[in-house]
Amino acid sequence: MDWELLRTSFWPMLSGGLTGTIPLSLASFAIGLALALVVALMRISGQPVLAGIARFYVSVIRGTPLLVQLFVIFYGMPSIGVTLDPWPSAIIAFSLNVAGYAAEILRAAILSVPKGQWEAGHTIGMSRTLTLRRVILPQAARVSVPPLSNTFISLVKDTSLASLILVTELFREAQQIAAYSQQFMLIYMEAAAIYWVFCLVLSSGQTVLEKRLDRYVAH
Amino acid sequence: MLPTDPLRPHTTEGPLLQVTDLQKSFGTTRVLSSIDLHIDSGQVVALVGPSGSGKTTVLRCLNGLETPDAGTVAFRGGPSVDFAAKVPKKDALALRDRSAMVFQTYNLFPHRTVLENIIEGPVQVQKRPRKEAVADAERLLARVGLAEKRDAYPFNLSGGQQQRVGIVRALALQPDLLLFDEPTSALDPELVGEVLTVIKELAEEKWTMVIVTHELAFAREVADEVVFMDGGVVVEHGHPDQVLRHPREERTRRFVQRLLNPF
Repeated sequence: MDWELLRTSFWPMLSGGLTGTIPLSLASFAIGLALALVVALMRISGQPVLAGIARFYVSVIRGTPLLVQLFVIFYGMPSIGVTLDPWPSAIIAFSLNVAGYAAEILRAAILSVPKGQWEAGHTIGMSRTLTLRRVILPQAARVSVPPLSNTFISLVKDTSLASLILVTELFREAQQIAAYSQQFMLIYMEAAAIYWVFCLVLSSGQTVLEKRLDRYVAH
Repeated sequence: MLPTDPLRPHTTEGPLLQVTDLQKSFGTTRVLSSIDLHIDSGQVVALVGPSGSGKTTVLRCLNGLETPDAGTVAFRGGPSVDFAAKVPKKDALALRDRSAMVFQTYNLFPHRTVLENIIEGPVQVQKRPRKEAVADAERLLARVGLAEKRDAYPFNLSGGQQQRVGIVRALALQPDLLLFDEPTSALDPELVGEVLTVIKELAEEKWTMVIVTHELAFAREVADEVVFMDGGVVVEHGHPDQVLRHPREERTRRFVQRLLNPF
């Protein structure tokens, strides 16, 4: 075991994680979630055109590989005159991808709230928008935390694909260190361990969030 | 007494609501054929009839939870809405705001405390000062014997307690008309009394109420008028003793008999 290499490679990789993987994940998830809400609301709007667009969007995102989506945006777009740097390309691709999956989660969560809750909002004078915001979404949030956590954890790991469009993140650091040290097993296992720790932290965050949102539910 | 006292109705005299020729179909099923209804301020009207007779639909049309296909609903002081034409959104909302519904299954907001459930409408919709809304809510809660439950979540309450909160949530909006959709049908038998008692007290305070109910004894006791519906029409209406003890129509007689002797 090359302890010295393990030690000297740890900080570049961790810093790749902290300045690459994590901000990329957070930004993409936040934007993706906002987009997902729009897509989910379009789907349940009852308007055929909006619902159709939303269904088409989800179908395309889920039906094509994330790596292909990433390459289309970074390597493909310049040929139609849109050249983006690695970071914006990655954030756009991951956000669009997250939105496709999270839209279905949010749609199901919103539909899982009983119809009587919409009616209660109506009878106390709320508009549909206000009911959605103050009555439906808080209840849908509780239902959607476990599946959304899954999506987020997948996203954290999927950001390693950004190394292929030259974003400096954890895995790109790992590849570079592995290339000059030739210690592939050691370095890639080390990278795996760091990803794992990130995801452990996220999982415990999920538990805390679920507990908080569960306070009004009978056990 | 202040006119905005949430414990008291705004007005207690004169005609309040006139419903004329109300019609509603779901798909090809005709639910309401032609319903006429007249309600005075301070009056308690019990809507009775077999399941599927359309009584709940009448209630839901009054509160804008369903849109009738035709007919007019006119409140004294407005709005007067003719559903045969396209209804302006402003009128539909104004109509909705005159009444408040108490649901069979309570439909309290599970993620909000009892107090938050009650002040949600006054604060978020009516934009009343939070302090004032809280004070009113506390008085109303004390009134139905639930003062100590103000910070509880609905799941910690019994069905009867939840329904009393449901009633308070409707009262807090200070509506002109209270609508009750089978308010005790989801309750265990031993909890029915506490809810009926609250409704009876509201009747004594001269709140205007329309109550869809299967509790005929209760209807006879609190209602000023009983409306018997069957198959989407009003079969007969009048004083409770007349309709429930000496019905003129065969259909009413059969219905009352069935409820009195189920076996």
